[in-house]
Amino acid sequence: MTIITPDTKPATGPGTGRVLLAYLTRDRLALAAAAFLAIFIIAAIFGPLLVGDAASRLGLRQRNLAPFSFEHGWIYFLGADTLGRPILARLIVGAQNTLGIAAAAVFSSMLIGGALGLVAGYSERWYSHLILRLADVVMSFPSLLLALIVLYTLGPSIANLVIVLAVTRLPIYLRTARAEVLELRERMFVSAARSMGAGPARIILRHIAPLVLPSLVTISAIDFATVILSESALSFLGLGIQPPNFTWGAMVANGRGYLATAWWIAFWPGLSIMLTTLSLNILSNWARTIADPQQRWRLQRLRKAAR
Amino acid sequence: MNQANPILKVESLTVDFLSDNEPVRAVDNVSFHVNRGETLVILGESGSGKSVSTSTVMDLIDCPPGDIVAGTCVFDGVELSRLDAEARRNINGRRIAMIFQDPLAYLNPVYTVGRQIGEVFESHGAGSGKEARAKSIELLRRVGIPEPESRIDYYPHQFSGGQRQRVMIAMAIALKPDILIADEPTTALDVSVQAQILDLLRDLQRETGMALIMITHDLEVAAAMADRVIVMNAGSIVEAGLAREVFSNPQHAYTRRLISALPHGDAAEVSNRRSTTSAGETLLQVENLTKEYVVASGAFAGKRRFRAVDDVSFEVRRGETVGIVGESGSGKSSIARILLRLNEPSSGKAVFAGQDVFRMRGKPLMDFRRKVQMVFQDPYGSMNPRMNVRAIISEPWVIHRDILPRKAWKDRVAELLELVGLKPEHAERYPHQFSGGQRQRIAIARALASEPQLIICDEAVSALDVSIQAQVIELLADLRTRLGLSYIFITHDLPIVRHFADRIMVMKQGRIVEEGPTSTIFSAPRHEYTQSLLRAVPKPKWLVPEERPTAERSVGKTGLRLERTRNGSLAG
Repeated sequence: MTIITPDTKPATGPGTGRVLLAYLTRDRLALAAAAFLAIFIIAAIFGPLLVGDAASRLGLRQRNLAPFSFEHGWIYFLGADTLGRPILARLIVGAQNTLGIAAAAVFSSMLIGGALGLVAGYSERWYSHLILRLADVVMSFPSLLLALIVLYTLGPSIANLVIVLAVTRLPIYLRTARAEVLELRERMFVSAARSMGAGPARIILRHIAPLVLPSLVTISAIDFATVILSESALSFLGLGIQPPNFTWGAMVANGRGYLATAWWIAFWPGLSIMLTTLSLNILSNWARTIADPQQRWRLQRLRKAAR
Repeated sequence: MNQANPILKVESLTVDFLSDNEPVRAVDNVSFHVNRGETLVILGESGSGKSVSTSTVMDLIDCPPGDIVAGTCVFDGVELSRLDAEARRNINGRRIAMIFQDPLAYLNPVYTVGRQIGEVFESHGAGSGKEARAKSIELLRRVGIPEPESRIDYYPHQFSGGQRQRVMIAMAIALKPDILIADEPTTALDVSVQAQILDLLRDLQRETGMALIMITHDLEVAAAMADRVIVMNAGSIVEAGLAREVFSNPQHAYTRRLISALPHGDAAEVSNRRSTTSAGETLLQVENLTKEYVVASGAFAGKRRFRAVDDVSFEVRRGETVGIVGESGSGKSSIARILLRLNEPSSGKAVFAGQDVFRMRGKPLMDFRRKVQMVFQDPYGSMNPRMNVRAIISEPWVIHRDILPRKAWKDRVAELLELVGLKPEHAERYPHQFSGGQRQRIAIARALASEPQLIICDEAVSALDVSIQAQVIELLADLRTRLGLSYIFITHDLPIVRHFADRIMVMKQGRIVEEGPTSTIFSAPRHEYTQSLLRAVPKPKWLVPEERPTAERSVGKTGLRLERTRNGSLAG
């Protein structure tokens, strides 16, 4: 729609943003998910300004402080970790790195993997085979080993971490996109577009990509958690994010040894990861319904006839 | 036949489909009934609500988005909406069975037909294992599948279209239902196969005494089958009565328009819409076109060559309509796809406006694709489901930037929509919100958008009801005179080509068996195959004596033979 009708919207109709908001309010669960993610994103952006110091302030008296008490101020409400640092503050500060790294990795692997998959599925030239074989190589190579080698040689940094995480998740998007393209390109409307003279670029971008995208978005929502956890695994091995920087994954790894005595150290960051992924999942499901004209009625106001 | 209480009685049924804001009324206050042993034909164009009303009987409407506002369906004295899902399932399949238009879509491709027929017995507890298999073989034999003992283990794709429909019928009649609902059972089939299927349905009805509700948009089929007929338009019944009376003396204006829409038989000679000007210069010259597929028929059988198109030559002049007639699998669609460069030919030449189509690249090919457009058989499949009508129609202008400035697009879309008989406000809707006939109009509007010289219509009007057919044909004929368009009109429907085409080629198994001016082909067909095609057009039930003349039987047999030879080969 964006290509064809930017200036031909009916003047009386509500704007796209309004319509989307209306659809969002009709799906309570999606609304909750969106609100939750919005809170996290705001926390990731503005949180460090507010509680930045508290996150790294050591407080030996508050070591392994249990949650749900206001005795030491609201910042200690979720308890404190082994060095007495308030978990709430660390969650807020950690959100920036966690969400930033995961979003960058997931987004770039979806974009690159999806694009390569579209090409590999549509074209039958030599490079589509090359793309596939490369994907096979990445898939068959243990991803942790690959990450170890790359990060060991290039040195650990956030950029390298994102690249490694993106590359190891690439084949999933590539394979999915290719499989869908193989089916879609035989569809009649693709033939019709070809017979009208549409070039490969137009067919891929205009006719095939919009139908492949919902699957990729759904996968990426699920993949988000995997990426957060593999990032924490790398951090645990000392190849991920370096102290004093930290992420939720690193916090989980940190609290791993204290599960029996101070469960809250690993629990709160774990819960955050889970809720983020869950929200993304719900939201991607909602987006898929919106994107499909045949499913859209589920979110429309259905007014029954009088009887 | 005249029992006091009908087996099915539908009373003031009203069904809505919910969408944003106003609900769309699909069926409005429809009442009908059917007696045992009787054939009721529901006649109407696509989108008139005829399928929805019978789907409600079968509980096939999803609610929401469907919404049954009012009405009752009483089957054999039981009100269906009061029953729970379990009781409904017991009635569906066992007592009310249904067959659909497209058997390939409704048969599961990964199971053998034997297993699928056996499932009917098993799920209703009427036999299993060997017993179900024996019954299935018997059924397949009854519906006229040759060698049922071996073919029971075949998969759906190994049957021809007509045979698949026979398999569907076998599944439907497996438990001797009281009512058989047939939703456009022959629309996807060729004339001679259609005649056999209709014969089969009539025979089965006579044997079992079941009631038959047949949904069709085809007047000839309706006339050939109906005892009683109801005519639907825009969700309501406009006329109901005995078939003979409705057809010979229609009361409602809509019915009258339907019946007078396309002149049949010799009347078509008088009021035809062929081009008046004698044909001009040659636009497209096709020479010795051949398309060969290599089929690996088995591990040791070696490769078999199969010619979908076999040495076809013809020409199309400016302002002329060439009809290509043949059954499915005769290679007529393959010709269309090759001419549009969607498939590459094995050999041959096609010269369009002085240039060889098969050698074109780059700019000449773009020009060619602007000047030659295609209207596909399945309008729904040929449109991107994620694009709205405006995007669909303006696509040629996006591809060929020089046709129209972007500012003019909106008005031109509205203009084209009006030209094909739709409303400008339909531009914001999506393909699935239209009926089949409306979708085909959108497809025609899209084809016209690039101002072509030649339009290839592949069964473009076959799925539309006659009055719409007539309108579309009128439209195409008008455009031909006004814009000097040429058409290649591919169809299996003889009355349409008779009305519209200047010259006709009859194709069979990839070859042209007969070619000539339309009037000659119809008045003096030379080839045996053409003659059999002409004979297979269904005739009104009340004109045909109960014992069928032997001539039509023999047509049935030739058709059967054709089906069998085609089986296993690639469908064109």
